[in-house]
Amino acid sequence: MTIPSPESENTMSNLTVPTPAASSPSTPSHPSDAGEVLRVENLRKIYNEGKPHAKTAIDDVSFTVNKGEFVCIVGPSGAGKTTLLRCISGLAKPSSGSLSFEGRPLTSVPEQLGLVFQDYGRSLYPWFTNAKNVGLPLAARGMKKAERAERVSQVLKNVGLGHVEKQYPWELSGGMQQRVAIARALSYQPDLLLMDEPFASVDAQTRFDLEDLILTVRRDLGITVVLVTHDIDEAIYLSDRIVVLSGSPSRVREVVDVPLGDHREQVATRASDEFLGLRRHLLDLVMPHSA
Amino acid sequence: MTQTITPEVVPERAAGASIGETTDLLVSPRRVRSRGARVRNVLLAIWLPIALLVIWWFASASSTSPFFPPLSRILEEFWAQWIVGPASMQLGSSLRNLALGYLGGALIGIVFGTLLWRFPPVRHVSNPLIYFLYVLPAPALLPAMIALFGIGELRQIALISFGAIWPTLLNTLDGMRGLDQVKFDTARAMKLSPLRQLFSLVLPGASPQIAAGLRASLQTSIILMVVTEMVAAKQGIGYFILQAQTVFAITSMWTGILMLAIIGTAANYLFVGVERIVLRWYYRSRALTNS
Repeated sequence: MTIPSPESENTMSNLTVPTPAASSPSTPSHPSDAGEVLRVENLRKIYNEGKPHAKTAIDDVSFTVNKGEFVCIVGPSGAGKTTLLRCISGLAKPSSGSLSFEGRPLTSVPEQLGLVFQDYGRSLYPWFTNAKNVGLPLAARGMKKAERAERVSQVLKNVGLGHVEKQYPWELSGGMQQRVAIARALSYQPDLLLMDEPFASVDAQTRFDLEDLILTVRRDLGITVVLVTHDIDEAIYLSDRIVVLSGSPSRVREVVDVPLGDHREQVATRASDEFLGLRRHLLDLVMPHSA
Repeated sequence: MTQTITPEVVPERAAGASIGETTDLLVSPRRVRSRGARVRNVLLAIWLPIALLVIWWFASASSTSPFFPPLSRILEEFWAQWIVGPASMQLGSSLRNLALGYLGGALIGIVFGTLLWRFPPVRHVSNPLIYFLYVLPAPALLPAMIALFGIGELRQIALISFGAIWPTLLNTLDGMRGLDQVKFDTARAMKLSPLRQLFSLVLPGASPQIAAGLRASLQTSIILMVVTEMVAAKQGIGYFILQAQTVFAITSMWTGILMLAIIGTAANYLFVGVERIVLRWYYRSRALTNS
C-alpha cells in the first residue's frame, strides 16, 4: 500500500494515522499495480482567468486512483470539491495540469465513466419512466431494446430496487430516486463511478442505507469509486483512501489511508478505535484552526 | 390529498442496513382523486353555461326584435344552415384553413425557437426583429398578404400561420433557456448525441412551456381565421357571418357566431385533452409535489 505523495507541504500522513497501514492485516487487497484508473497531476482551475475578478478555485491538486479503489475527496466547504469533480469528470476544463483516465489524456467525459450528482431531482429526467431514465445511456450506446430492458431490470436490482420500471422518478422517495440515479450511472458498466455528494439530499437513515448500498455495489461489481463529500465520517466509513483538500484555493493537504478492511458495518465500524482515531486526525486537518 | 403507500413495491433492503424501519416509501398518486369528485367537478364547470342557455331560451322566447330572435329560431336555423344546409361547406373551408395555418405556424415556431435557442449569436441578432414582428397586429398585414398571395386561400393560411408563429416561438425559446444545467451535465455524462439530447432532454423538458405557447397560438389562429374570411374572401364562416349581416339575415348571422363559439370551445377542449395525455408526467408530478 504505497501512497503516491502529493506535492504538498505535509505529506507525512502515515505517521499520524493511529493504525499504520503496514500493521493492519485486514487492509483491502487492491494492489496499486492492478492498473491506474485516474491520474490527476498539478491540476489548477481558475475561473474568469485573465479578468480582474479571476478566482482560483483549485491551486494545485495531484493524486491517483487505482483500479478497484474507493477514494473519497473531503475538504472544508467552499474548498472547490465540486469544481475538482467537474474537472475530473471532463465536464469542466482545467486551467493547467494534466488528467488521464485509464492511461489516456482526459479531454471530454470518458465512455467508461459513471457520474452521480448530488441532487437527483435535478439529474433525473422527470418526463421519462425510471426504466427509460436508466436505459438512456444504453440507448445512446446503441444497445438493442430487448437487451436494454434486461440490463435495466438487472441494474435496478443491483441497487436494491424492485419493480419501479414503469413508474416515474417523482413517484419514488428521495432515497429511491438517488438509487435510480446510481443505477443509471452503473447501467453501462463503467470502470469508474464518480459521485458528487450523492447522499447529501437524503435523510440520515436513508443515507446509511445508501452508503451500505454503494459498498455492496462496489464489492459486487468490482468498480472503482471516487466520491466527493464534506462529511468526514462518511468518507472514513466508505473509503480505502481519503484525499484531504485544504480550504480555497484547494491543495492536497494529505492523503490518508483507511485500513478498516473490506467488511464494514454502520454501528460497529463507526464505534471502532481505528475509526475514531482517523476521525480525530481528519477533523484536525479539515478544521479551520489548522489552516 | 391522500397518499397511498403500496407495500408490495417497497424495495429490497441494501445489505448491512439494519437500523430501524425503511424510510423508502412509495407514493402513488393514481388514486388521488375519486370518481365522485370528478363528476362533481364536471357539474361545477357546466352548471352556469347551462343555466345561462336556459335563461336565454326563455327570455328570448317571445322576442319580436329583428336583432335578437328567439333562441329556438336560432337553433332551428342553425340546423337548417350548418347541419343539413349549404353552410356546412363554409365550415369545411374554415376548418381546413385553420388546421393548415395553425399547424404550419406552430411547426415553424417550434423549429425556429429551437434554432434560436441553439445558436445564441443568431438569437442576439434577431431578437429586436422578432419582437417587432410579434407586436405587429397580424390583421394589419392583410393588405400586404393580398398583394403577395392574391385573394385565394393561400393568403388566409399564410396569415394564420404568421400569427401562430410568435407565441409558440417565444415560449419554445423561453422554455429551453430555462432548462436546468445539471440535466445537460447529466446528458454529457451519459454520452447522449446532440440529436438524442434534443429529443430526450430539450424538447420534453421545454414541453410544458411549448404547450402554453401552442395554446396561445391556437387562439390567435382562430381569430385570424375569421378576420381573413371577412376581407376579400369568397367562403368561410367569417364570410358567412358578414354576408348574412349585409342581407339582413340576422338569424343566420347569429348561427354563424354560434358556430364560431362551438369551434373555439371544441378546439380548446381538444387541445387540453391532448395536452393532458402528452404532459401527464408534468401535471402529475406537480400535483404530487404540491400536495
